[in-house]
Amino acid sequence: MAGVRVLVGTRKGAFILTADGTRTSWDVKGPFFAGWEMYHLKGSPVDPQRIYASQTSGWFGQVIQRSDDGGETWAPVGNGFTYDGVPGTHQWYDGTPHPWEFARVWHLEPSLDDPDTVLAGVEDAALFRSSDGGATWSELSGLRGHGSGPFWQPGAGGMCLHTIIVSPRDPRRIFVAISAAGAFRSDDAGVTWRPINRGLRSQGIPDEDAEVGHCVHRIALHPSNPDVLYMQKHWDVMRSNDAGDSWFEVSGNLPSDFGFVIDVHAHEPETVYVLPITSDSVHYPPEGKLRVYRSRSGGNDWEPLTKGLPQSHCYVDVLRDAMAVDSLDECGVYFGTTGGQVYASRDGGDSWEAIVRDLPAVLSVEVQTLA
Amino acid sequence: MIRVVLPAHLKTLIQHHHEVTLDVAGRASQSALLDELERRYPVLRGTIRDPLTRRRRPFIRFFACEEDLSHEDVDQPLPEAVVNGEEPFFIVGAMAGG
Repeated sequence: MAGVRVLVGTRKGAFILTADGTRTSWDVKGPFFAGWEMYHLKGSPVDPQRIYASQTSGWFGQVIQRSDDGGETWAPVGNGFTYDGVPGTHQWYDGTPHPWEFARVWHLEPSLDDPDTVLAGVEDAALFRSSDGGATWSELSGLRGHGSGPFWQPGAGGMCLHTIIVSPRDPRRIFVAISAAGAFRSDDAGVTWRPINRGLRSQGIPDEDAEVGHCVHRIALHPSNPDVLYMQKHWDVMRSNDAGDSWFEVSGNLPSDFGFVIDVHAHEPETVYVLPITSDSVHYPPEGKLRVYRSRSGGNDWEPLTKGLPQSHCYVDVLRDAMAVDSLDECGVYFGTTGGQVYASRDGGDSWEAIVRDLPAVLSVEVQTLA
Repeated sequence: MIRVVLPAHLKTLIQHHHEVTLDVAGRASQSALLDELERRYPVLRGTIRDPLTRRRRPFIRFFACEEDLSHEDVDQPLPEAVVNGEEPFFIVGAMAGG
């Protein structure tokens, strides 16, 4: 029987939740790596037993862990993230040049066709690749080196490369997003890059439609149509129909177009989920009501999904890597909160339940659909 | 034989929950001790000092013989009591946070 494995990264360890295909009863294992910040865990699409995890600490730095048995056991692999050549500078918060300094890995993106190949998005923003299961890492330095790098600035959470999407149609096409630089695309497997931010407008930067400088929070696509991208920007929910060459706003009737997460239904390419947050200075849901919003038309028309979610006195946040979908026949949708709940819907968002509560603040949620 | 006491998280990382004992060849300094520690446990590379600059990470401290050695020259000899194993060399996660 098919099943689901949910990988949860939190401020104080990782947790793995499993259920059979009914998704009615959940087994919770963890904490793994207790006390460490687990920014992200993600399994290989080719070999679901292969899971990569980013383990990090303000005291002890970065460790990459790997499991080859579905998260039962783990072993540290390589943590050598060295920028290619002379790292150079980006802009600091006050606009002065600041040397590029590695802080942590925010996101791990295993290859679509090779379990030993994985991309890592790091802070300060850069993209690394390992082709030996995480043992060694090399920077894809064309991203920082394409020209705009010296003008990138950190967002409030640091200058992080947090989104990596490899096109399922053409694995040479890679999308990344950086706070607060914007979105970038490579069409040659990461050798060369260009900004793809035309149509974005951000009032928090001097030139609101600048080529770079936008605080993109998350990008998502549906595998069947990888030219259509959805973006949750700092403010504004955006859509591109041309692989990021241009963007237009689809915030429509959302109660707030600020937020972090965005994802797409596993079987309906025009069904999109966001979770509005009040504002950039008030990081909890509008009116204290935890509402996922769903659009079945690729944006603009949004409906609140509230059944099973707290509709009063809810003041949690949902961070950028903390929403995912499974691909069972009836699509499951999952998200984790800074209050330590992981909510799941077995019916595409119509109803929700907490499948675990009282974890440390959730940083990331990924889902593996198991055969 | 030099005795090294690691912070709890690093003990977990190397899966060794007791003191680590090291033979450090030649003149034992902080650098030599850390080189040998990282040779024995490669997973510790980057967790105590920056892998490139080899500078102590900001929230790591080195204590021994009731002294804070964190700011000592890393190539100076360690105290004799550490070198002969009478006193351990403590690698400590600095108190920080609220």
